[in-house]
Amino acid sequence: MAVRVQAEDFDLGAELAGLRAGRADIGALVSFTGLVRDLGGRLTGFELEHYPAMTERALAAVEAEACGRWPLQASLVIHRFGRLAPGDQIMMVATASAHRQAAFAAAEFLMDFLKSRAPFWKKETTAAGAAWVEATDADEAALARWSGGG
Amino acid sequence: MTLDVLYFAWLRERIGLRGEAVETDAATVAELVDELRAREERYAAAFADMAAVRVAVDQELRDLAAPLAGAREVAFFPPMTGG
Repeated sequence: MAVRVQAEDFDLGAELAGLRAGRADIGALVSFTGLVRDLGGRLTGFELEHYPAMTERALAAVEAEACGRWPLQASLVIHRFGRLAPGDQIMMVATASAHRQAAFAAAEFLMDFLKSRAPFWKKETTAAGAAWVEATDADEAALARWSGGG
Repeated sequence: MTLDVLYFAWLRERIGLRGEAVETDAATVAELVDELRAREERYAAAFADMAAVRVAVDQELRDLAAPLAGAREVAFFPPMTGG
């Protein structure tokens, strides 16, 4: 179980290999990677602001919650901050379990929670100017479906 | 008490500060917001619609009714958009 918050890019393949290195009990390894969309070619700048003192704590709390709900053998959350470019990797989650159902569900849970509960804010710049990305009702709805038991 | 008050994203831009030390006797987050609003127009503008503002007390998400007794750091920011 690990959480990393960093400006640097990450190597998805190397991270997944690291998660299962030296063990043969894992039956399912699920990963999700979030990427900077180019908005149909209009995006000229992208920045991720965060609240350093709170970020790792919030991500670790979400990860601990996932570990309490599903029988996970390993998990990893990496989230970047700072200036990124279209096509860049923003973040990843990976979950490992004996069976795929737990790994898929835990990965989705981690994504839904960190989207609305981890202190990151995206700012997109286009020819029309810079604008903070607004949270959507769909983000909150995605979160709500996990309440009342996993 | 003295609180470290932090602002992020458009609240930081609207108020023009990343953070500041605030001397206050506010008992709750809501009272602190009222004090800040009364200071200057830029604060009043930033805190005009509290439905668009989230708050953390000592790095934990809280609501406006949260007590400030013993708190050291209060952060204001818009709904989060990570992932």
